[in-house]
Amino acid sequence: MFRSQVLICGGTGCTSSGSDQLIHSFESELAKNDLQDEVKIVRTGCFGLCALGPIVIIYPEGSFYSRVEVTDVPEIVSEHLLKGRPVERLLYDETVTDNGVISLNDTNFYKKQHRVALRNCGVINPENIDEYIAMDGYKALGICLTEKTPQEVIDIIKASGLRGRGGAGFPTGVKWQLTAQNHADQKYVACNADEGDPGAFMDRSVLEGDPHTILEAMAIAAYATGANHGFIYVRAEYPIAVKRLQIAIDQAREYGLLGKDIFGTGFDFDIELRLGAGAFVCGEETALMRSVEGQRGEPRPRPPFPAQKGIFEKPTLLNNVETYANITQIILNGPEWFASMGTEKSKGTKVFALGGKINNTGLVEVPMGTTLREIIEEIGGGIPGGKKFKAAQTGGPSGGCIPAEHFDIPIDYDNLISIGSMMGSGGMIVMDEDTCMVDIAKFFLEFTVEESCGKCTPCRVGTKRLLEMLTKITKGQATLEDLDKIEELCHYIKENALCGLGQTAPNPVLATLHYFRDEYVAHIVDKKCPAGVCKALLTYSIDPDKCKGCTLCARVCPAGAITGTVKLPHEIDPHKCLKCGACIEKCKFGAISIQ
Amino acid sequence: MKSLAELQAIKDKMKGSIGLREEDKNCKRIVVGMATCGIAAGARPVLNAFAKEVADRDLTHQVMVSQTGCIGICQYEPVVEVFVPGEPKVTYVKMTAEKAARVVEEHIIGGNIVHEYTIGANAK
Repeated sequence: MFRSQVLICGGTGCTSSGSDQLIHSFESELAKNDLQDEVKIVRTGCFGLCALGPIVIIYPEGSFYSRVEVTDVPEIVSEHLLKGRPVERLLYDETVTDNGVISLNDTNFYKKQHRVALRNCGVINPENIDEYIAMDGYKALGICLTEKTPQEVIDIIKASGLRGRGGAGFPTGVKWQLTAQNHADQKYVACNADEGDPGAFMDRSVLEGDPHTILEAMAIAAYATGANHGFIYVRAEYPIAVKRLQIAIDQAREYGLLGKDIFGTGFDFDIELRLGAGAFVCGEETALMRSVEGQRGEPRPRPPFPAQKGIFEKPTLLNNVETYANITQIILNGPEWFASMGTEKSKGTKVFALGGKINNTGLVEVPMGTTLREIIEEIGGGIPGGKKFKAAQTGGPSGGCIPAEHFDIPIDYDNLISIGSMMGSGGMIVMDEDTCMVDIAKFFLEFTVEESCGKCTPCRVGTKRLLEMLTKITKGQATLEDLDKIEELCHYIKENALCGLGQTAPNPVLATLHYFRDEYVAHIVDKKCPAGVCKALLTYSIDPDKCKGCTLCARVCPAGAITGTVKLPHEIDPHKCLKCGACIEKCKFGAISIQ
Repeated sequence: MKSLAELQAIKDKMKGSIGLREEDKNCKRIVVGMATCGIAAGARPVLNAFAKEVADRDLTHQVMVSQTGCIGICQYEPVVEVFVPGEPKVTYVKMTAEKAARVVEEHIIGGNIVHEYTIGANAK
């Protein structure tokens, strides 16, 4: 029996900021104080507030410690765990108020969140199946197998209004129905865990923090659609997720929750892992299925859809990680409960990976229909340095941006499409006034050019040509005609590319062009980058009235571009200048400026 | 796994462990003084006894057992304070593991203060 529990985040974010060492340190400190039988250490999944990691929560008090270092551990053990005095200097400052310490759930970051997919992340030990079962784990599977027909299960998912969380938003229940309808000697269910968008880490966190929920949901899906074998296609770049999934599969097999005759109903189901080698295109469903088969990950035209001919040409149900993470809760709480959250056509919640120019970098789950303002200003804690919000990029390289003018738009599938963006898998990158929109479009296009599989010409050649034109703009060598060509090419690629990767690749360009055309024009006509990002368009100069001739800038310049005599104003040679900014950092008189 | 009952058995077994991680502002609180004076007087077995009693009786989701520092009556240690929402605080003094079991039984579950252990009965 443990009187106290120390929960330490073992997600990728906190692990990379040293939570493993913290666990070792806690173990040895507890032993030193002879507390090892009174206090339990639990390694959990992601708590969401990655910006403050490594994170440690101590129960029963629920004290939330942020940015804990190994050197802090002796103090936490001797003060908090032995003497019951929380170490206030290490508590997350938002929980420390004039009226004492408040619950984590009352802080701005957590109070507007509603955790469904992430319900167990940061709460249970993902490597312990008993803890999952204690949170009603595998109960939904038991209910489905013993009390419901496959069609009843499908009807529940349909009634819930759940739509695919991978980005496109196809109704999940309909997908299940289509797969169930196709009769075959063998069917498969598969989980798309090939999360590849830059800045997205929702699926990773679910897999790391609550792997059993995916296994359970896949088993339910298999029962509903008539499959008996499952594949999880997960990126090899997610080593913690892969490890925990394998542990979870082994534990579930040991308990007979995977394998033969589950719950004594005669239903057989087992799951295999398939590791992706890091190709973005393998997140596209047809390419993913090829890769599962052991072939080169290239897309093929649809139809036939996976529900007709999928893995090994057999009917296959393919859902995304976050979609599966909602299934057990819909079964346990009923479709009405799920449908009561969200907007008219987008039900439930959505997990977003908040990143970029935002204070609370991390993982948030909010009901559909929450506004961008609530996510960024309230949950995200606003933009660092008091800078102005410019836009939020959603949907990664397939999405677009939401500009400040749509700050109050309720976020759901249809609203985002109506303003030229898309939900995507949930990456949300916040940009402030120092971000150049042309540069951002170029960044995402560089990504798609790199990741294009090369099978179809519109994507292979089209995105490359598009990138060349964008590069011309950022170098100040483009004309207004190029802008028209870009638009034309964008539409051409969208209409003609073979798969989702190519069809959506122009989206970042089109969206930025739509909302920030003036920035493109400024690059082309005025040869200026308003945000001061595109190096080729910047000129550094020294104000002779402010310069005291201290020579500091000349000494720090790596290119020898600054010349002058001591105590007399210096000058920058624009041809030699690398625009590295070292001189600005050093100048004590604010004499150097960028135009 | 052959039945839902088997699943429920595992869930029940884990309740004490998981229940500790729920936050409920309206729960009853048992606070054990664990400053130097308290520890010297034997507060740790008392604390562990409370934690065990609460878990054994499947109360972890309703009762929180935690520690606090010195409240200034060191001669009466180990001191235990019980907070029941809506009722005045009760201070038990010179506690032992055996007394802890009785406090959980009579006060926490039964709702009757164990007067003979309170500071009122002991401060003479």
